[in-house]
Amino acid sequence: MKLLYFAWLREKTGVANEDASPPEHVITVADLIQWLVQRGGGYKTAFSDLSVVRVAVNQEYVALDHALAAGDEVAFFPPVTGG
Amino acid sequence: MIRVQQEDFNIGQEIDALTSGNTAIGGICTFTGTVRDMGSDRQVTAMTLEHYPGMTEKALAEIEAEAAARWPLSASLIVHRYGRLQPGDRIVLVITASAHRQAAFDACQFLMDWLKTKAPFWKKEEAEDGIQWVEARDSDDDAAARWKTDK
Repeated sequence: MKLLYFAWLREKTGVANEDASPPEHVITVADLIQWLVQRGGGYKTAFSDLSVVRVAVNQEYVALDHALAAGDEVAFFPPVTGG
Repeated sequence: MIRVQQEDFNIGQEIDALTSGNTAIGGICTFTGTVRDMGSDRQVTAMTLEHYPGMTEKALAEIEAEAAARWPLSASLIVHRYGRLQPGDRIVLVITASAHRQAAFDACQFLMDWLKTKAPFWKKEEAEDGIQWVEARDSDDDAAARWKTDK
């Protein structure tokens, strides 16, 4: 699974992208976030308020209950501010 | 057509390239977004636009396809820049062309409203008192939401 972080989520985690192999009990996006938060440090700060975190799986917006698959590209970012 | 690029664009040249030779077009509408020197109550000296390569192009193409499905457009173009920009610099260009003006006007507004809430770009403002990420506005969500019930 490939994880990507953008804008202040990249700054807070200190990571732009990484490969991850979450354990079997990680089924949904919410599970994945919980697993990442357990790493502590920047991850805990980055995901402290999920109301300002958006998630895309394979470049499509998804909700927190979206079920993940092994080769997914999962991106975390704040609400968009382009235009 | 959509384009994501660092370079500036020339509006006149873009209109010509998009519409020349297409004599079914009766109206062309353009919107250009530029960098303001006033952010949320502070003087902005520069702005950096980050994006999600791959998803950005995909999202813009989907938004454009949605506009083409809703209005009888002869042609449309979205150009969005990324990287570090100065106040006054152009950020985004939307061009819509149709046989009649109303479709061109409406589609142009729709494209901007949807782009602002869906395309994965993030603005970071530099000011004298520091650097900060621009927060999303509820008013942008409201502007996008009005197209959900329309049509």
